[in-house]
Amino acid sequence: MGLMDKHALIEKNATLLLVGSLLVVTVGGIVEIAPLFYLENTIEKVEGMRPYTPLELAGRNIYVREGCYLCHSQMIRPFRDEVERYGHYSLAAESMYDHPFQWGSKRTGPDLARVGDRYSNSWHVQHLTDPRSVVPESIMPSYGFLKDTPIEVKDFSMHLVANRRVGVPYTHDLVVQANADLMAQADPNADTSGLESRYPKAKVGDFDGNPQQVTEMDALVAYLQMLGTLVDFKNYDEAVGYR
Amino acid sequence: MKFGTEMVLLGLFAFAAVVAAGFGVDEPFRQHMWVLFFSVAGFNAMLMRNTDFKPAVPIDPAAYMDGPIRYGAIATVFWGVIGMLVGVVIALQLAFPHLNIEPWFNFGRLRPLHTSGVIFAFGGNALLCTSLYVVQRTCRARLFGGNLAWFVFWGYQLFIVMAATGYLLGITEGREYAEPEWYVDIWLTIVWVAYLVLFLGTILKRKEPHIYVANWFYLSFIITIAMLHVVNNLSMPASFLGSKSYSAFSGVQDALTQWWYGHNAVGFFLTAGFLGMMYYFVPKQANRPVYSYRLSIIHFWALIFLYIWAGPHHLHYTALPDWAQTLGMVFSIMLWMPSWGGMINGLMTLSGAWDKLRTDPIIRMMVAAVAFYGMSTFEGPMMSIKTVNSLSHYTDWTIGHVHSGALGWVGMISFGAIYYMVPKLWNRERLYSLRLVTWHFWLATLGIVVYAAVMWVSGIMQGLMWREYDEQGFLVYTFAETVAAMHPYYVMRAAGGAMYLSGALIMAWNVTMTIRGYQREEDPMPGSVAALQPARSGARKWA
Repeated sequence: MGLMDKHALIEKNATLLLVGSLLVVTVGGIVEIAPLFYLENTIEKVEGMRPYTPLELAGRNIYVREGCYLCHSQMIRPFRDEVERYGHYSLAAESMYDHPFQWGSKRTGPDLARVGDRYSNSWHVQHLTDPRSVVPESIMPSYGFLKDTPIEVKDFSMHLVANRRVGVPYTHDLVVQANADLMAQADPNADTSGLESRYPKAKVGDFDGNPQQVTEMDALVAYLQMLGTLVDFKNYDEAVGYR
Repeated sequence: MKFGTEMVLLGLFAFAAVVAAGFGVDEPFRQHMWVLFFSVAGFNAMLMRNTDFKPAVPIDPAAYMDGPIRYGAIATVFWGVIGMLVGVVIALQLAFPHLNIEPWFNFGRLRPLHTSGVIFAFGGNALLCTSLYVVQRTCRARLFGGNLAWFVFWGYQLFIVMAATGYLLGITEGREYAEPEWYVDIWLTIVWVAYLVLFLGTILKRKEPHIYVANWFYLSFIITIAMLHVVNNLSMPASFLGSKSYSAFSGVQDALTQWWYGHNAVGFFLTAGFLGMMYYFVPKQANRPVYSYRLSIIHFWALIFLYIWAGPHHLHYTALPDWAQTLGMVFSIMLWMPSWGGMINGLMTLSGAWDKLRTDPIIRMMVAAVAFYGMSTFEGPMMSIKTVNSLSHYTDWTIGHVHSGALGWVGMISFGAIYYMVPKLWNRERLYSLRLVTWHFWLATLGIVVYAAVMWVSGIMQGLMWREYDEQGFLVYTFAETVAAMHPYYVMRAAGGAMYLSGALIMAWNVTMTIRGYQREEDPMPGSVAALQPARSGARKWA
């Protein structure tokens, strides 16, 4: 009973109880989370990752806003069935610029980690507007209003600046060009050579079937079409990347 | 009462909201600031109407401060019904997708409304009001800080309103159970620190030498939630007049931080806090002492130490490094022991009073809560085993598991505490009706059983369908086919949820009538000889 007697000390001292329990609950987090920031092998070395284009980032914000992550994961696990269904299992490197991460926890709908390039732009627009017209079994809500909502860009560069402050390598040049890049990516008549050199593999053109206007549908489809398309897996060594 | 200073401050607050509504850089932010303005201005108008200039009645410093607790009990019932109603709505949306109304009432915006509604609005108010009830009575001290308790109560309601309306407007950080954006998070931090000061201050002025075990759990819940909330919500606003912010961490680090938070929102908000509730209300209602003092010490420290490590089990087989996944799994399995320590301590408190299960529907509710706690804290460690998780992850099994804990444990122990507190808070002889409590108990219990069983079937079925191969080595089912197969289960799940909701509505009626002072004329519960709660002088009898 010796130890139990000593416990009476804590039971009679609220400060001791408060500090004691705070210390006890901090241990686990420090041991598990802190190493992820300094262990170099936490994020695999890959080729092809780049920050999101302004239009893709705007699209990603819509993805977050509408709570897509509540039904769609973006994290393919290394199982035969998942790799056959969705493609190469997801790497940590593929979400290294994701603030916040959108791995998800539930698959009411399929995984979207590699949905990019799988369907045409018009399929996405049709599916988002009326999901059951292309997938009769679907239980997804419709998002037709995105087509009618012009994207709100007062000064999109502030979104790049905020991302830069939390570690995404948006250079000064990218920030300055942000508004122009956002409009150019969805404009079929724009000169996009600058955009494409700043953001390799960026998909350009009219996404929503309405070239007059850059809408939220343009942004969301641009984001969906680039998901999982950046990393070049030909040069990826699984044994080196294993942690 | 005069509220001069408060009204001036609230006026300035409302003015700041109008300015922000005028200069906000994005449309949702401007709309949200109008919501803030009308909430604060409306509250201020209410204060004005309640102002009078009679000399203030001196407050007896020895009397308990029960005003905020009465409001908290009503808020618990109110938000409980709202949160569960939204739950039934989104369950129906999954069964019948035409019930989605874009853009405000799509599943993706309503789902955080449901989770935050039941966890933070219903559960949070239950914790708030029971903790303040318990801490005064176990310390024999009035709440610390005068009107601080009122600030905590109303400040927390403002947080709920801002979070809820934000979700509908599409304002979210996209982190499960931590969706509110940066400015709502800052507000919650202020309120939470005030709550800590209020609770700790009351403990410090206690007249009992010992701090009762319930208060250990409440205190560790408050301080740990403060830590989790602050760290997980670190983010960089795009503009200080805009609704959008970007999380401080990215990818894999962000994922583990979020699930360190997410799992311990379960561990501390929905477990430690509610264990505090159990440690006061179960012994009180059963009129027996806590079973084991030593067990309570051991399981308290073991529980709070181990819980924090369990987060990575939400990220099995993801891009999180294997060492972290394994660590999370090992600690999750160890967590089974202190969890059952709490269950045993709660259940065994009924030693010598088991007969009350037949006669007292309130104790029946509490015992069912502890039993569901035991079941879901067994299921949880099992699902954290990587091989099991490879099947259960991403499926409805997880949803079922959460609900057996949330509906069974959190819901039932809160209902028990509400039924215990309400007659005492309003100085009533007894509840309006014990038979309605029995109805509530059976509707809730059957609702949970339907819900959990249906989600087991649909979850395991979907997990198996995703990985099924034919003899030639091809996947058998397309994803869409697995969605179609879920339909009957989603209908049945909604029915289970609706049963649970109807139980809560019965509680709302019962509590309302009790507060209004009515007593339903009914036969006493079978087996009970005397009245269940001793009569008190001065109680109103209108029935």
